[in-house]
Amino acid sequence: MLPVKEYQTVSNIQGPLMMVEMVDEAKYGHIVDIELGDGSIRHGQILQVENDKVLVQVFEGTSGIDVKNSTVRFLARPLELGVSPDILGRVFSGLGVAKDDGPEIIPEKRIDINGKPINPYGRDYPNEFIQTGISTIDGLNPLVRGQKLPIFSGSGLPHDDLTAQLARQASVLGEGEDFAVVFAAMGITFEAAQFFIDDLQNTGAIERAVMFVNLANDPAIERIATPRFALTAAEYLAFDRGMHVLVILNDMTNYCEALREISAARKEVPGRRGYPGYLYTDLATLYERAGRIKDNKGSITMVPVLTMPEDDKTHPVPDLTGYITEGQIILSRSLARQGVSPPTDVLPSLSRLKDKGIGEGKTREDHADLYNQLYAAYARGKEMQELATIMGEAALSDEDRKYMEFANKFEARYISQDYYDNRTVFQTLDLGWELLSMFDNVDLKRIDLELIEKYMTPFREKQSKES
Amino acid sequence: MSEKRVGRVVKVAGPVVVAEGMAGARMYDVVRVGEINLIGEIVELAGDTASIQVYEETTGIGPGEPVLDTEAPLSVELGPGLIESIYDGIQRPLDALVAKEGEFMSRGSDVPGLNREKKWHFKPTVSEGAKVSTGDIIGEVDETSLMVHKIMIPPKVSGTIKSIAEGDYTVTETVAVCVADDGTEHAVQMMQRWPVREPRVSGRRLAPEKILVSGQRVIDTFFPISKGGTACVPGPFGTGKTVVQHQLAKWVDADVVVYVGCGERGNEMTDVLTEFPELKDPRSGEPLMRRSVLIANTSNMPVAAREASVYTGMTLAEYFRDMGYTVALMADSTSRWAEAMREISTRLEEMPAEEGYPAYLSARIAAFYERAGRVQCLGSPEREGGLSVIGAVSPPGGDLSDSVVQATLSVVKVFWSLRGELAYQRHFPAIDWLTSYSFYKQYLKGCFEDKEQGLGMEKMTAEAMALLEQESELIEIVRLVGSDALSPRDQLALETSRSIREDYLHQNAFHKVDTYTSMEKQFEMLKTVLHFHHQGLEAIEAGAETADIFKLPVREEIARAKYIPQEEMDKICKIRETIEEQMKALHGTAASK
Repeated sequence: MLPVKEYQTVSNIQGPLMMVEMVDEAKYGHIVDIELGDGSIRHGQILQVENDKVLVQVFEGTSGIDVKNSTVRFLARPLELGVSPDILGRVFSGLGVAKDDGPEIIPEKRIDINGKPINPYGRDYPNEFIQTGISTIDGLNPLVRGQKLPIFSGSGLPHDDLTAQLARQASVLGEGEDFAVVFAAMGITFEAAQFFIDDLQNTGAIERAVMFVNLANDPAIERIATPRFALTAAEYLAFDRGMHVLVILNDMTNYCEALREISAARKEVPGRRGYPGYLYTDLATLYERAGRIKDNKGSITMVPVLTMPEDDKTHPVPDLTGYITEGQIILSRSLARQGVSPPTDVLPSLSRLKDKGIGEGKTREDHADLYNQLYAAYARGKEMQELATIMGEAALSDEDRKYMEFANKFEARYISQDYYDNRTVFQTLDLGWELLSMFDNVDLKRIDLELIEKYMTPFREKQSKES
Repeated sequence: MSEKRVGRVVKVAGPVVVAEGMAGARMYDVVRVGEINLIGEIVELAGDTASIQVYEETTGIGPGEPVLDTEAPLSVELGPGLIESIYDGIQRPLDALVAKEGEFMSRGSDVPGLNREKKWHFKPTVSEGAKVSTGDIIGEVDETSLMVHKIMIPPKVSGTIKSIAEGDYTVTETVAVCVADDGTEHAVQMMQRWPVREPRVSGRRLAPEKILVSGQRVIDTFFPISKGGTACVPGPFGTGKTVVQHQLAKWVDADVVVYVGCGERGNEMTDVLTEFPELKDPRSGEPLMRRSVLIANTSNMPVAAREASVYTGMTLAEYFRDMGYTVALMADSTSRWAEAMREISTRLEEMPAEEGYPAYLSARIAAFYERAGRVQCLGSPEREGGLSVIGAVSPPGGDLSDSVVQATLSVVKVFWSLRGELAYQRHFPAIDWLTSYSFYKQYLKGCFEDKEQGLGMEKMTAEAMALLEQESELIEIVRLVGSDALSPRDQLALETSRSIREDYLHQNAFHKVDTYTSMEKQFEMLKTVLHFHHQGLEAIEAGAETADIFKLPVREEIARAKYIPQEEMDKICKIRETIEEQMKALHGTAASK
């Protein structure tokens, strides 16, 4: 290891950035410690080196740093996380420092938090169904192990309840298998973080959880490192320890804002809405760390949460996220107002990996046809709901009214679900059949006739008895 | 190695490194950066300093480290062994990298594109004493059961074959010796190199007048692409760009498919990798992988290699075209390529044009698509090759005014516009029939052996499209005054267009029968849907109620026609007879009520 070099040659400080001069042997991406005049220590990372000039981003912000009395130590290594099985059950700061009362962690090894890209050839295709107990996910947008499925939410929408339910219910499946939850909080409120921690405590899952917490009043620049620490811990648990890890990143919008702050301070040419042009690439280096690798038991499933500014799906953060992740679950404000809870906006929600995770042997043979039909019928019903608000219900034909009625029932019974209601996938599928039983076969074009025969009959019989 | 130029790093900023002491280096020379030998390419020269885009993550690189100039542009290796390969953006075989370094990518790895040890059986097709020049085929290798690899005389070589022999060779062993007119001898190997940024030379360009059949109904029937044609698929996320690209890669009637995953998802590439060896080509029954080359530079892999990946793919595709094959290149997604260009450009501190993209964006995109085409290949025997390029575009927010979309639309001849609303209804492929277009539609009739059938298809597509147009107008009226206000004929038009959409255009990529529809089956299906319309019109004339027409049991059969396998196609013709019977029964029923 190289000896640590110290410099007192800070020349400029601007926003979160600091320039150090007359440095030798600085390497791009390595970290530094900054000792202030009063002896306190801050941390930074090298963003650019040009000859002997080094540009450093300071994670804790630059307030209080002065040019004269600060000492910069070049640590000649990238940002690392010390890992060992003891990290389970612990709470860390956004910069990976243990901040609970637990004992010091003696690392088994130290890992560069930037990770390495998985070779596409070394990946194993995610195709194991995860039962979340939530109908709109299990039935319509199934989640599989190794998938990255974000929740697109808005301020004031109940994404915290939904993620907590997901973490609670998805973790119980897979008997005898190791499961862990890694939670990264980026700029969320104490309340939101505590809600999640309490929930994990109540279910006893806290012992299988690792948390990296950067709250709203913690330094913003630190948030750039937080998800990387979380994912490094997840990779260690998944691929070194063979665990199934669920990673929750909350809230990615705050992360992107921190990135924008750095980019603006560097006076880079901005892309859309002032976000840097490399936002896509940067997000990809996080999201793409989810997955499974060949001949390895473990997996990383990722649920990033983001709040869409003004509920705008085309805002750069949700937009670029959607281009990288394998689908999205979108929450809708209008459904929330109508009292549908969770207010999952089913139509634009999507799981790209569903087709390989469902079907005979995984869930049930009728799953694919069934959700296709539910989607088609709900889409038409939704159109009729809108039409009815324009022209009044009376203007609809009988056929159209039937679809509208379906959409109403679907929202009330299928989408709405208590946050503690844990439905099995079979309950969800049967509920789908029950709702579709109001239609004739000719309207069920997307389902194989044999399947209709096999699964619909009991519900039709029940219905005819009732009427 | 010692005489090669060595400079030293002075600046590192993300993927861009600046080195000094590089006097004499040329633009686009490949260099090795730092003590760990990262691969890079010179993109700017100023005096003796060179700006380098590095194809690998640069963490840990600092001033003072060496930069070695290899004095050659970024090139790919061409020869037997390409098919069934999976490469990263700069032609490093990913399978070999996993074997060497494990599941995670390391830096500075050096594995050649073509396997140097593997022996291929070479069969000469010319004999000693033959006069040859660039592009002439001198022998063949059975690379896979679907691919006869033609060995061609490399560029700048011509003369008389002095020796050539059948046998097993590695790609770097000499298979023939060619003596030039001035007496110099040239050893011909199976492997050649070609710089990726330079189009391969071919003969005369030909008009692209043959359709590349894809088995996707909305594409083949309404917006076909031709052999040698260009197409783009823009759409917001979640509208199925990748599924469209995958479906084309699976089913197009090309001899070779080159699939470039440019800055997209890792799991998607794994999907292709696991699926292609198992899927069977509908024409030969052989696994699809045996005609495919994959290039995977996923979004988390270095951005500069992403920029190079589309060129790597293009050069491989051109090489197969030069053998006289029909090649299809899919690039998913060209927006990521453009973004990589933008990122490099920003780091070079170039003046940006729109949305931060460099001013040369549209020129680069145009030049890229222009490498497609149907050509007369160089050399003998005389042969034609075709290279079709299909690029996905991922505009921010699905906004078609995006610079990449606009630059692409100004060069491509086919536009498949994906629409969010269709995708939300799970209508896939979500290609919007009202805004998409194809300039190759006129060649559609040539797909049918039977001339009558070809003309019939042309007529039917026109009629179906007119109905869809009419639907969009009628829907506006329905929104205002309700469907009861429409005349029976208009009501029927609405129902028929619904049938065209749901029973014909909607196609399930994951259904074993529906995933591919031959041109003949497309003809029969469309004919059936329209037959219902014609018979319905007659029935209305003869006094039938529209409500009764819409309730006919035959409609369910029409809806399920797509699931009838190719071998049982006569069943589709039978549906038409059923339509006639059931319609006749309705004649005059309204009056009797």
